[in-house]
Amino acid sequence: MSTNYETREHDVLIIGAGGAGLRAAIEALAQAASVGVVCKSLLGKAHTVMAEGGIAAAMANVDAADSWKTHFRDTMRGGKLLNNWRMAQLHAQEAPDRVRELEQWGALFDRTETGDILQRAFGGHTFKRLCHVGDRTGLEMIRTLQDRGVQQGFDVFMECTVTRLLTDGKRITGAFAYWRESGRFIVFKAKAVVIATGGIGKAWRVTSNSWEYTADGMALAYEAGAELMDMEFVQFHPTGMVWPPGVQGLLVTEAVRGEGGILRNKNGERFMEKYDPKRMELSTRDVVARSIYTEVKEGRGTEHGGAYLDISHQPADYVKKKLPSMYHQFKELADVDITKGPMEVGPTCHYMMGGIRVEAETAQSSVPGLFAAGEAAAGLHGANRLGGNSLSDLLVFGRRAGLAAAAHASKVSYAAINSAQIEESEKELLAPFANTGGESPYAVHRDLQVVMQDLVGIYRTEQDLMKALGELEKLSDRAAKCGVEGTRMFNPGWHLSRELKSMLLISEAVARAALARRESRGAHSRIDYPNLDETWGKKNNIIVQDGGTMTRRESPTSPMPADLQEIVAQE
Amino acid sequence: MAEMTLRVFRGDENGGQTVDYQVPVAPGMVVLDALHYIQGHMAPDLAVRWNCKAGKCGSCSAEVNGRPRLTCKTRMDDLPKDQPVTVVPMRAFPIIKDLVTDVSWNYQVNRKIPPFQPKAGVEWKMYQSDIDRVQEFRKCIECFLCQNVCHVLRDHHKKEAFGGPRFFVRTAGLEMHPLDGVNRTALLKDELGIGLCNITKCCTEVCPEEIHITDNAIIPLKERVVDQFYDPFTMMVRKIFGAK
Repeated sequence: MSTNYETREHDVLIIGAGGAGLRAAIEALAQAASVGVVCKSLLGKAHTVMAEGGIAAAMANVDAADSWKTHFRDTMRGGKLLNNWRMAQLHAQEAPDRVRELEQWGALFDRTETGDILQRAFGGHTFKRLCHVGDRTGLEMIRTLQDRGVQQGFDVFMECTVTRLLTDGKRITGAFAYWRESGRFIVFKAKAVVIATGGIGKAWRVTSNSWEYTADGMALAYEAGAELMDMEFVQFHPTGMVWPPGVQGLLVTEAVRGEGGILRNKNGERFMEKYDPKRMELSTRDVVARSIYTEVKEGRGTEHGGAYLDISHQPADYVKKKLPSMYHQFKELADVDITKGPMEVGPTCHYMMGGIRVEAETAQSSVPGLFAAGEAAAGLHGANRLGGNSLSDLLVFGRRAGLAAAAHASKVSYAAINSAQIEESEKELLAPFANTGGESPYAVHRDLQVVMQDLVGIYRTEQDLMKALGELEKLSDRAAKCGVEGTRMFNPGWHLSRELKSMLLISEAVARAALARRESRGAHSRIDYPNLDETWGKKNNIIVQDGGTMTRRESPTSPMPADLQEIVAQE
Repeated sequence: MAEMTLRVFRGDENGGQTVDYQVPVAPGMVVLDALHYIQGHMAPDLAVRWNCKAGKCGSCSAEVNGRPRLTCKTRMDDLPKDQPVTVVPMRAFPIIKDLVTDVSWNYQVNRKIPPFQPKAGVEWKMYQSDIDRVQEFRKCIECFLCQNVCHVLRDHHKKEAFGGPRFFVRTAGLEMHPLDGVNRTALLKDELGIGLCNITKCCTEVCPEEIHITDNAIIPLKERVVDQFYDPFTMMVRKIFGAK
C-alpha cells in the first residue's frame, strides 16, 4: 500500500465550493486566515448554478411593506415552527445585506423601473421577495462569489474528494482526500473545517440533484462524532420534468408559478383550489408536491403521470425573458414550447432540510473546530424550506461559518496528524480494488435509489420505513463487497464505491428519523400519523454515533422569546 | 427498445482508441444518458465530467459526431441512427482520461482579469436597459466549447498569447458593467491578445447559451483597443508630447 501523500496546511479548510463554501471562504480570507477550498467538481459547477428562482431577502424594493419580520414569520410558518428560531431571525435580518454585497462584487440582478433590484413572488412568501436574474440566479451568484474568492486568493483543490475528517479525539485536525485525476492521496492539516457539501438527493431515483449530492459532508461529520438533526425532512420539489424518461426529475423552477403559472389536472381542473384555496399555486412546496402526487394517484394525472403547468397565457416575449432556461429546456429536451402549451410536471427529490446540527450564531457543530453551512447544515428551514430561502441561507450562514471558523483558527494551533487514521483511510479507499469480480457500485446505487424512492418518499408508513431499514442493511453488505475495474486515474466507479457508503449511512439516518417521528409535519408525511402532534412540534430528532452504532434521541427545541412569538402569531 | 452504437474514445495522455458500445435508446435520451448507461452497465471506469444534466453548468462538453456539444443537450434522436455516434474529448485541451480534458489553463487566464471595481462614490442604481447587454455575457456557463473551436487555440496553440472567446466575454461583461471603474483595454491588447482573433465566429456558432460572442463582445472590445491604442490622432499626440 502506498503511504505517499502530499500534505497541505490551511487555517481554514472548506469542503464544498457552492454558494455556502465560497461565501465562507471569502469571509475567512477577509479575516486574514489562510483558506483552502476542496471540491469534487471544477470550480463554478456546484449545484448552486442550478438554483433558478432567486434569493429571498426582504429588501422591500417591490413591496414596500416587506420587512425582516414578515420574512421571519413566513420562514417559521413554512417550516411548521420546527425551525431554529434564532437562525430564522438572523437569516431574515441579514439576507438583504448579503444581496447588496453581491451587487457590490459585480452581480447584476434584474432591475425595477426605479433602478433597484427587482423581486418576484414565490411560494410561501407574503411579499414579492426573490431577487433574481431571469431563471439563472444561482449562476450569477456562484460566478460572482467564485471570482471574488479567486481574486482574494484562496487555494482551490478541484476534483478532489475528502473521504475522512481527521481528529485528535476532541477536535478537528484536518482531512484526508484524494485527487480524482491521479488517484493520489492528499492530507490537509487545518485548524478549522467548514462543511458545505450540500445534500443527499442522489439517493432517490427521481431527483433534481446531480451526482455530487451523496451526503458526503453529513457522513464525514457524523463519523467525526457530530450530531445530525431533523433528517426525516426531505423536500420533494413539486415540479420536476416527468417526460421524456431521460430528463425525469429535472427541475422546473418555482419561478414559473411565481410568474403566474397555473397547475391543472388532466380534466383541466385547477386543483390547488381544493388543497390551498388562499395561496393556490404559490402554496409551500410540501403542500403543492403532495397535491400533485394525490391528483396523479387518484387517476387525474397527465399522460406521463404528472400535472400540467401552464404559463402560456403570459406574452411569449415575457416568458422568454423571465424564464429563458425553462423555455430552452422544454424546447430542446421535451419538444414543448412553453409559450404555447403546458409543461408536464411532478415531484422530484430536491433538498434536505435536516443535516449537521449547528449553533445559530457560529455555524459550529457539536465537534469543536467543525462548522457547517448551507444544505449540509440543519435548523433554518425546520420541516419545510421556502423557495428562495436556500440561496439566502448560503450567503448568511456561509459568511457566519467563515467568520467563526477564522476566529476559531486564530485561537488554536495545528495539531499533529494521527498516522493511524491516514492508514485506515487509505486502506478503506483502496479496498474495492481487491474485490476482483465484485458487483458494480452502479448496480447497488440503482437499487438504493429504488428503496428510497419507493419506501422513504413523499408519503411514509411505519411498515415501509421498517422495510427500508432492512433493505438498507442488505445494500450495505453488498456495497462493502463492491469491486472496481480499471486504475485509480479518474475512475467514476471507484469514486461511487466511496460515495455509496455515505449515501447508505445517511439514508439510514433519514429512515430512522422518519420512523420515529409519528406525526405529519411539513415535508414529512406519515399516512399512519396524518396529523400534527404538538409534543413532536417541540422536539428535534438527533442522530449520533455512539460506540460505533447509530443512535437516535430527541432533543427539546429552545423556547422562542416572546417578541418573536408575537411576530409569528401576527396575521 | 431500439439500440444505437456509441463509439467512445478510451485512453489517456499516452494514447488510446475508440471503443463501441451498444446502448438501448429511450425516448428523449441525450448522449450523456447513453454515456451513463455505459458507465452503469459496461464500463464503470469510463471518465466523463458532468453535473447538472440540464445545460446549466457546462461540465459535459465533448465532440459528438465531430461537433463540439454539451452531451446533456444533444439528443440521440437528432443523430443519424444508421451509423455509430462518435464521442471524443475536446481537442483543444490536453487529455486526462477518456472524455475528460485538462481545462485548468482557463482558470489561469481568468485570474489575469482584474475584477469588478465600482467607480468612486457610486450610487447603486442601474436600469434594465443599461444591463441587458451585460446580462447576455453573464449567461456564460463556462463549457469552454468556444475555446475548443477557436482556431487560435485549437490549431495554432497560442495559449500563452491569447485569452480566447470565453475571456473576451467575461471581460466584456466587466467593461460594459455600468458601474465598473476599471479600464482593461491594455490587458485585452497585451495579455489576452485580442488582435489575434480574426472574427471567424466559430465561437458564436457553438455557444450553447447563444451568446453573440463575436458581434456583441469581441468586436466592441476590439474597437475599444483600436480607439485607445491605434487612433491616428491620439498616436500623433503621443508621438509629439510623449504622453502615455
